[in-house]
Amino acid sequence: MDTAFFFIQLLNGLQYGLLLFLVACGLTLIFGIMGIINLAHGSFYMIGAYIAWSLASMTGNLLLAILLGIPLTVLLGMLLEALLFRHLYARDHLYQVLMTYGLILVFEELRSIVWGDDVHGVAVPGMLSGSIPLTDNLSYPVYRLAISGVCLMLAGGLYWLIQKTRLGMMIRAGSTNREMVQALGINIKLLYTLIFALGVALAAFAGMIAAPVSSVYPNMGAQVLIICFVVVVIGGIGSVWGALLASLLIGLTDTFGKVLLPEYAGVSTYLLMALVLLWRPEGLFKRI
Amino acid sequence: MNPKRAWTRPVVLLACVLMLAMFPLVSETFYIQLLTKVMIMAIFAMSLDLLVGYTGLVSLGHAAFYGLAGYVLARVSPQYDPASLWTTLPLALGACAVFALLTGLLVLRTSGVYFIMVTLAFAQMLFFVFHDTPIGGGSDGIYIYAKPEVKMGGISLLNLEDRKVFFWLVLGLMAAVYLFLKRVLNSNFGRALIGIKTNEHRLQALGFPTFRYKLASYMLSGTLAGLAGYLAAAQFGFVNPEIVGWHTSGGVLMMVILGGMGSLHGAVLGAFAFILLQEALSNQAWFGPFAKHWQLAMGLFIVVVALLLPRGLLGVPSLFAGKLKREPGVE
Repeated sequence: MDTAFFFIQLLNGLQYGLLLFLVACGLTLIFGIMGIINLAHGSFYMIGAYIAWSLASMTGNLLLAILLGIPLTVLLGMLLEALLFRHLYARDHLYQVLMTYGLILVFEELRSIVWGDDVHGVAVPGMLSGSIPLTDNLSYPVYRLAISGVCLMLAGGLYWLIQKTRLGMMIRAGSTNREMVQALGINIKLLYTLIFALGVALAAFAGMIAAPVSSVYPNMGAQVLIICFVVVVIGGIGSVWGALLASLLIGLTDTFGKVLLPEYAGVSTYLLMALVLLWRPEGLFKRI
Repeated sequence: MNPKRAWTRPVVLLACVLMLAMFPLVSETFYIQLLTKVMIMAIFAMSLDLLVGYTGLVSLGHAAFYGLAGYVLARVSPQYDPASLWTTLPLALGACAVFALLTGLLVLRTSGVYFIMVTLAFAQMLFFVFHDTPIGGGSDGIYIYAKPEVKMGGISLLNLEDRKVFFWLVLGLMAAVYLFLKRVLNSNFGRALIGIKTNEHRLQALGFPTFRYKLASYMLSGTLAGLAGYLAAAQFGFVNPEIVGWHTSGGVLMMVILGGMGSLHGAVLGAFAFILLQEALSNQAWFGPFAKHWQLAMGLFIVVVALLLPRGLLGVPSLFAGKLKREPGVE
């Protein structure tokens, strides 16, 4: 493996990992703060990708489609929280698994009814369609770099939101002691709705920007969900920074696994999880 | 349990088994096969109920054992000739027990929501083993051309190619697994498991090595799931990576919860309800163009059950009797 090829795989691995982070951080936040295990979280990734595809084919511009799509996904998140998820906070995990599994079936079938079962490609937006030459015959697409850049910016934004803002303070407090936060007069219901919508929007956004790279296909949600569970287990449930580190680890393991041992790449990420479980069964990080 | 019900239950169960046993004599092939599938799923659901309903470990990766046993049968069967049940069944169950031991040592280090995610992840790992590596047969899977044969001293005891015989074998095994698990749960071991579900720390304080109890429960549950997987692979005649996929794990967990966990006949009822509902909703003669989208109705049904029926279908009668309890109880 020469340097340029290694460099390209490194960038690919980081890009994949950062994309996983967008999905996983919503999963881990929602669990860490509301105590909800949400199997349907992968569906939001799928819904985001399909929204991007259908709006992009209507408007002819992916960036415009993403701008139009984000408010839709935020709205979807708020509606789902208020109508369904709110009733599960105090219930056993088993019922959360049951309901969110049912939701997966509902989302998959609605997707099949509304958008069909075909695989769709989405064009890379014009101004990001070039590639940067690395050697004579190797180059790196600008769009992938843009994905990594946007994800890094969002991770930075999340850090600022959680550590530096008043809302972030409420989020951190809410994850530690719900009753106390309520007693201090903070509207915890609204806070939960907002956090849930944030998680949904992040997962959907990941699906939107991934659409040109991975194309849009049925079942894309389930694959992402399971790998995000691995991320959350490695990172520590409820820990956003653990999720970031674990996403990058998984992204790199998977990418280099596919290059070095293609037959065992699928297994490699799970072996990594097994190792972490042996070493630290509670994951790498403890809290937000 | 009051004394009046002490004798009704065995009688009702015996009547159910007898009625099921008569079924192949009066029915068409399609329904015999459907009911065989339901009973295999009932074994699968009971095995998971031991873990979820009695030990308090919610596994979302139980398909791993189900699929592993099927793959073992497919791998050791000769190309076109039948394999012997006497060698392949113990081999398949043994593989499941070993896999349960190895993964159990890891997954039981976690608990609660971690356990759900980690079991799902290990099942997915097996999916990739069967899908990508030379061990499995790729995404198309492997065909099993002949059902295993049951011979003793050169004489065939059971001809499993006969659908009725296969039906009776599965029925007998389902009843055997039910009685076996009843015995296990009534033993000291079973009571310790229920104790772990209710309050693990208290059991530890009483000096129970709870980790070993949980591991034993996990292995037993995995092995019985393997029995279901072996029978399913023999019935359908092929295995593919989808059988360890998470929809298999999710489906069987739905059966257990639908039936009302912590009750063996609830698990059986859940398997019947789940598969028959699935068949009914996807019946084109009844629902026409909507039959194609049966999963939508199934999904909505599951959501409604999760929100409104905390004790599953077994809790429905008490709902009407006005005795709704919030927590699912152990019988």
